[in-house]
Amino acid sequence: MITIYVPKDSAAVSVGADSVASAIAAEAVKRGQSVNIIRNGSRGMFFMEPLVEVATDKGRMAFGSVTASDVPSLFDAKFGAHSKALGLTEEIPYLKNQERLIFARAGLNDPVAVEAYQASGGYKGLAKALGMTGAAIAAEVTESGLRGRGGAGFPTGIKWKTVHDAVAEQKYICCNADEGDSGTFADRLIMESDPLTLIEGMTIAAICVGATEGYVYIRSEYPDAISIMKQAIANAEAAGFLGGNICGSGKAFSLKVRVGAGAYICGEETAMLESIEGKRGMVRPKPPIPALEGLFGMPTVINNVLSLASVPAILAEGAAFYKNYGMGRSRGTQAFQLAGNIKQGGLVEKAFGITLRQLIEDFGGGTFTGKPLRAVQVGGPLGSYLPASKLDLPMDYETFAANAAMVGHGGIVVFDTSVDMAKQARFAMEFCAAESCGKCTPCRIGSTRGVEVIDKIIAGEAREQNLVLLEDLCQTMTDGSLCAMGGLTPMPVLSAVRDFPEDFDRPARAQAAE
Amino acid sequence: MSDKISTTPEAELARNICASFGNKASELLEILHELQHRHGFVPEAAIPAIAKAVNLSRAEVHGVVTFYHDYRREKPGRHIVKICRAEACQSMAAEETCSHAERKLKVKLGGTTSDGSVTLEGVFCLGNCALSPAVMIDDKLHGRVTPQRMDELLGGLARKAAE
Ligand SMILES: Cc1cc2nc3c(=O)[nH]c(=O)nc-3n(C[C@H](O)[C@H](O)[C@H](O)COP(=O)(O)O)c2cc1C
Ligand code: SF4
Ligand code: FES
Repeated sequence: MITIYVPKDSAAVSVGADSVASAIAAEAVKRGQSVNIIRNGSRGMFFMEPLVEVATDKGRMAFGSVTASDVPSLFDAKFGAHSKALGLTEEIPYLKNQERLIFARAGLNDPVAVEAYQASGGYKGLAKALGMTGAAIAAEVTESGLRGRGGAGFPTGIKWKTVHDAVAEQKYICCNADEGDSGTFADRLIMESDPLTLIEGMTIAAICVGATEGYVYIRSEYPDAISIMKQAIANAEAAGFLGGNICGSGKAFSLKVRVGAGAYICGEETAMLESIEGKRGMVRPKPPIPALEGLFGMPTVINNVLSLASVPAILAEGAAFYKNYGMGRSRGTQAFQLAGNIKQGGLVEKAFGITLRQLIEDFGGGTFTGKPLRAVQVGGPLGSYLPASKLDLPMDYETFAANAAMVGHGGIVVFDTSVDMAKQARFAMEFCAAESCGKCTPCRIGSTRGVEVIDKIIAGEAREQNLVLLEDLCQTMTDGSLCAMGGLTPMPVLSAVRDFPEDFDRPARAQAAE
Repeated sequence: MSDKISTTPEAELARNICASFGNKASELLEILHELQHRHGFVPEAAIPAIAKAVNLSRAEVHGVVTFYHDYRREKPGRHIVKICRAEACQSMAAEETCSHAERKLKVKLGGTTSDGSVTLEGVFCLGNCALSPAVMIDDKLHGRVTPQRMDELLGGLARKAAE
């Protein structure tokens, strides 16, 4: 009997993985051959999806971009020599050249199978944590240098220590899986391909700070991630890794999934807390910080999916191992997400310090259309647009900050020469207007005014004055906004004006040409 | 008015759902999701019923319903087609896919076709940004949705309806 892996990850399914799986099943019946089809997660090489793998005694052999019509010929070839054959999966350069700590298991197994998770090294970190004091766990995480992967880059261990030191009857762990940034899908990938890593990370956080309840707040745009997470939680509980007595330690931790309702601002941590409490996602002023007064007023750890999913490897291998990766104050690995107009889009986990060019050219293979690259937006809708001349910047929190840009959640969106940067700047304001929680005027009104001003600039109306007005408006938003929604929207806008001024001068050029 | 118990089926359904969530105000988002899942949208008559059940004011419940983009106030089409309009998809000409769908279905984003078959919506990011443009139809994700692919997908919906 042969074992065939066909991903059930939603990106793989979005380009036909389900029909490939049913075609394989049907073909096997037709030929009277018995096959074992495992619906694994994705390896994150989305440009090769559906990526079908076959287990052999040499290892798993991959076949890329498989369609249902390829299936009969794959059987004819006995899943050997075939035009779609890519050789051993592990040897595919895109995968082989990565440093996978968080995503080490992504795509290996049925994502919700606890035994398979353990067999491939899962729950080693938790076993270590159960033998440590909470303070020692927090110290280990601090020592690793792990910083929050949700955008702000705050040291995770320090946050945990604050919650650990707080005295309260109830503490919570909240995982931020709102992943609203365009160009990002790493949270979704881990939830769909290796959810138990996230669950293990949350359980370690709970043991560290003494929390007994946790929530995973998942955006509603991710229905598959929601159902896979729920199943994984149920399986972990049945296997004794969640619930009243974790691995016989006497410690309790239970986990619930909360589903968002289509509001980008609910990714902001305090808005997320409001949303979990069943309210409108209005940003709370700080202080108090959520670590002291968070969910239902109790001390709460809030971390991004990737921050939490980094923890099992840190505990299992030790802080020194983790810290060895990276550059400067950016330690460990980051999940870079190659998106947009790129030939080989997907997930690339690498140590900090890799350059944008290495990511986009070596891994990404350049633009999808083959036209020259013109701009790259890094770090989501609140991140700057970088011109092609800045591709040699190393990915590092401090280097990016020094260049008026941000690494954020690691999303990298590539645009070719067809992009109109004035339109992109306008969109940044439009997005802010659509997604503002409405609490402060600079954000709520400023963004709407921003759209109007950019429209005037595009139309060529009093361009000089309106560009000055736009700068002023951006300054007001930066200075007067309560959170980074209004505070950082000027980043993409001003970067577009600064580095692509010719796009704000279109009608004038058109007139001059007349 | 306010203490009279509404007997519309919508109110009845809302009350049952609230009860299944322990009539807890903190479960409001879940309650609304469930109501929308079963009824297709959040009907006006449900709001006072929910408010009473979970012990909030009508204004509070109304505030939550209107704050979140997901909750619909009107009956949608039999299929919901969501087109991503965020940056990664923009870079891959999602705008063309979008205007193509608008022309084909003869509706604008946010509208429902006159035969009630399809509601077309714009959304910001479906997490399929490596395979842009992305579209979600009734909770199923699609990637690389060029105008031609859009035609095939819409054709599939029409065939399903004819069956
Ligand atoms: C408008 C806005 C949206 C955000 N969206 C997200 C998000 O989708 N996911 C996330 O983890 N953090 C998001 N953040 C950052 C969170 O507020 C918070 O910093 C983070 O969840 C903390 O976890 P970390 O320390 O592990 O990064 C957002 C912040 C803002 C201002
Ligand atoms: S900056 Fe915008 S999103 Fe943030 S609190 Fe103010 S109004 Fe709300
Ligand atoms: S930007 Fe369209 S799916 Fe992410």
